[in-house]
Amino acid sequence: MNLLTKIGTSLFAMCLSLPTLAQSVESEGRSDLNLRQGVTDISSQVYDLHMLMFMVCIGIAVVVFGVMFVSMYLHRKSRGAKPANFHESVKVEIAWTVIPFIILILMAVPAANTLIAMEDTSDADLTVLVTGSQWKWHYKYMDSDIEYFSNLATQREQISNKFSKGENYLLEVDRPLVIPTGQKVRFLITSDDVIHSWWVPDFAVKKDANPGFINEAWTNVNEPGVYRGQCAELCGKDHGFMPIVVIAKDPADYEAWKNEKIAAIQIAKEEEERLLAMNMSMDELMTTGKKVYLAKCAACHMPNGEGLPGVFPAIKGSSLALNDRSGHIDILLNGRTGTAMQSFAKQLTLSEIAAVITYQRNAWGNNTGDIVQASEVHTYANGK
Amino acid sequence: MSTATDTLHHDEHDDHHHHIPTGIKRWLFTTNHKDIGSLYLWFSFIMFLTGGAMAMVIRAELFQPGLQIVDPNFFNQMTTVHGLIMVFGAVMPAFTGLANWLIPMMIGAPDMALPRMNNWSFWILPFAFLILLSSLFLEGGGPAFGWTFYAPLSTTYSSDSTALFVFSVHIMGISSIMGAINVVVTIWNMRAPGMTWMKMPMFVWTWLITAFLLIAVMPVLAGVVTMVLTDKYFGTSFFNAAGGGDPVMFQHIFWFFGHPEVYIMILPAFGIISHIIPTFARKKLFGYASMVYATASIALLSFIVWAHHMFTTGMPVAAEMFFMFATMLISVPTGVKVFNWVATMWRGSMTFEIPMLFAIAFVVLFTIGGLSGLMLAITPVDFQYHDTYFVVAHFHYVLVTGAVFSIMAAAYYWLPKWTGVMYDNTLAKWHFWASLVSVNVLFFPMHFVGLAGMPRRIPDYALQFADFNKWISIGGFAFGLSQLIFLALLIKACRKQGEPATDQVWDGAEGLEWEIPSPAPYHTFDTPPVIK
Repeated sequence: MNLLTKIGTSLFAMCLSLPTLAQSVESEGRSDLNLRQGVTDISSQVYDLHMLMFMVCIGIAVVVFGVMFVSMYLHRKSRGAKPANFHESVKVEIAWTVIPFIILILMAVPAANTLIAMEDTSDADLTVLVTGSQWKWHYKYMDSDIEYFSNLATQREQISNKFSKGENYLLEVDRPLVIPTGQKVRFLITSDDVIHSWWVPDFAVKKDANPGFINEAWTNVNEPGVYRGQCAELCGKDHGFMPIVVIAKDPADYEAWKNEKIAAIQIAKEEEERLLAMNMSMDELMTTGKKVYLAKCAACHMPNGEGLPGVFPAIKGSSLALNDRSGHIDILLNGRTGTAMQSFAKQLTLSEIAAVITYQRNAWGNNTGDIVQASEVHTYANGK
Repeated sequence: MSTATDTLHHDEHDDHHHHIPTGIKRWLFTTNHKDIGSLYLWFSFIMFLTGGAMAMVIRAELFQPGLQIVDPNFFNQMTTVHGLIMVFGAVMPAFTGLANWLIPMMIGAPDMALPRMNNWSFWILPFAFLILLSSLFLEGGGPAFGWTFYAPLSTTYSSDSTALFVFSVHIMGISSIMGAINVVVTIWNMRAPGMTWMKMPMFVWTWLITAFLLIAVMPVLAGVVTMVLTDKYFGTSFFNAAGGGDPVMFQHIFWFFGHPEVYIMILPAFGIISHIIPTFARKKLFGYASMVYATASIALLSFIVWAHHMFTTGMPVAAEMFFMFATMLISVPTGVKVFNWVATMWRGSMTFEIPMLFAIAFVVLFTIGGLSGLMLAITPVDFQYHDTYFVVAHFHYVLVTGAVFSIMAAAYYWLPKWTGVMYDNTLAKWHFWASLVSVNVLFFPMHFVGLAGMPRRIPDYALQFADFNKWISIGGFAFGLSQLIFLALLIKACRKQGEPATDQVWDGAEGLEWEIPSPAPYHTFDTPPVIK
């Protein structure tokens, strides 16, 4: 069975060449073969642990498979090998129990040290509340009014192969999380619906977002840059489409960004007040409504409003969209508990909500002729 | 299925005191351990091909980036049902089938202790899987929450067909528990005179321990699916924080079942390999007693490591350390197993027939899976590996090149005893080499994409993973097609096309099953043999 031996040898060659290969690709910043070293002290400790474990495993494999393949070569009947009769040796058996045990202890010590450091979330300079929901992330800075949703920015047409795919296909968002470098940033992680998991490989941070509970994680990024990750816990249909992008800026840039953001929030508030007093035309409402619908609603209710039977209800022809006007406003503002329908009160402006309701009540043959204005949504939201 | 039919005709003269029904009634009403073993084995093979077809759908979608063949909701149904079918429909029934065929013959018993329950435990299985598969065709589709069905994705947010999933898992669980009770009672009470505990063949030992694991954890699975059922349909809040429950508690209960389940799928494999290597090395198993103790310690340890599947859920650091150390500890008895097999081969007189080739591939590839498991045990690094393709690579190495390869090794090893003819050696060689190469093209690159950051259970991926995924898919299709060779070989053997087998079949084979004629008569050991 020379062939088997050959395959075994080539398998080994593959394993042995791995670390060198990994290092060569690594210099380009992103490895396609190996774990990345990342940009924090913790992530490089994790990388070192990974390489240590990997080398130990390769060592064990070389010894065990080496003995095995030598035996397969030497002790074969076709070479005239006669079977020996030895079995049961207390000495050997103690040795191969104790030696692995010692190797394990040597591995366990650095692992435990790194783990303790990773789980120490005390003395943070900045805290961000990270909330997952189907299928987007929400970031809220605990020291200011800044909060926003972060959605996938890759176009639908790229996913359905109509447009060619961009460099950061599926790893790009509309509003990334921005954090300062050189500061300890603590993340409070939770969820509004199912379990998600917030993972940025370059920080070696992966923590589940559990609905109704808050988890903690932290990072302290050394280098400014753009770091990309993905949701790491199956969270339903679009689990593959809720990436995470974090931009680390040095503290001065971060402060500038923060002030700009606060100012923008103020302007948006004033704009919202102004719009409340205005009435939009049917055409305006339908155009904005369609845009909002495709961005926020179509993932579940489908672009044609028919939903996924048995999973997500249809809006086309539904009694809510045809008859129950206040119920329709209510479900957008408050969501519906016990279902996947989430609240959009914080995700959309009042005029966007008004537009999308108008759209849903007039599109796909739902020809109610209803026009819902921002002021009506505003009255409903504050009146009840 | 013609295996035992032919056996029947061949050995009619042995059965003059029994009336044996023929046709469909024979199979429906059979209480014969060999018939039921064949039913289990064929059923598991059909399920293996069904689950494999689903894997082909998954790999076709992942062949290149973008969504082209299925929508994400159906993709999730495929990953979910693929997992459920392979675990509960392919691997577990295959081991039960082997237990049925082999345990009575190995311990010198005339049949299983509870033959009618044996019939029942098999015949409810096809219905469980019909229910599960039919849910795929209902409005909203089948289960789409992963085979681990984490709440609240499987409760509040699941499709209307979840009740069918729960019901089918209940039936699978009942079947497994009945099968396990039967194995325990048979081994406990029906060993031939003189077969003391420490004279039992390794396959019998490993199955005895597996049966205890099954009896211990299948009720836990039944409990957790029932909680999912009541949370979804009857307004309870076991896993809903708003009602005072906890979604992470689901995971604790699930993995308290799930981790021993992993060993349920690998301990009988250890038993099989411990038969095959000594036979073809023509040398006694190096440390029989230490193999028994290692099996028992793996089984015991399997109850205190469940939370290593949950390091990212936010456990206290002390709990993370406990589960890390306990998990690392499992590698000691597992290492003992591997060292024993190597020591058995050392200075033997080896030949490399197909069962031995599968056994050697098992030792090497299972060890690779075991070593990546050791890496996964290290909590800080697990934060990076968790829920990526590195994990997918790991558990497919232990389950496909581990459990499934051992089942194939067993099939080749005992097939001549079951059918009375040698299998077609040319087909067998093609099957082995095609499987060995393709399975590594399929699963080895998964380590790389996982380390590079590709999460599992996604229908579409970033461009940097494209090259490896193409290779993985090609390996997948090749591995799937290779199994059709096995199907052809099995049909040929069951039709008795091949060289007649001797009673001992293999040069170095030892054990009671090799002392009876080939093919094994319909009834064996009517009077118990005496063990020296």
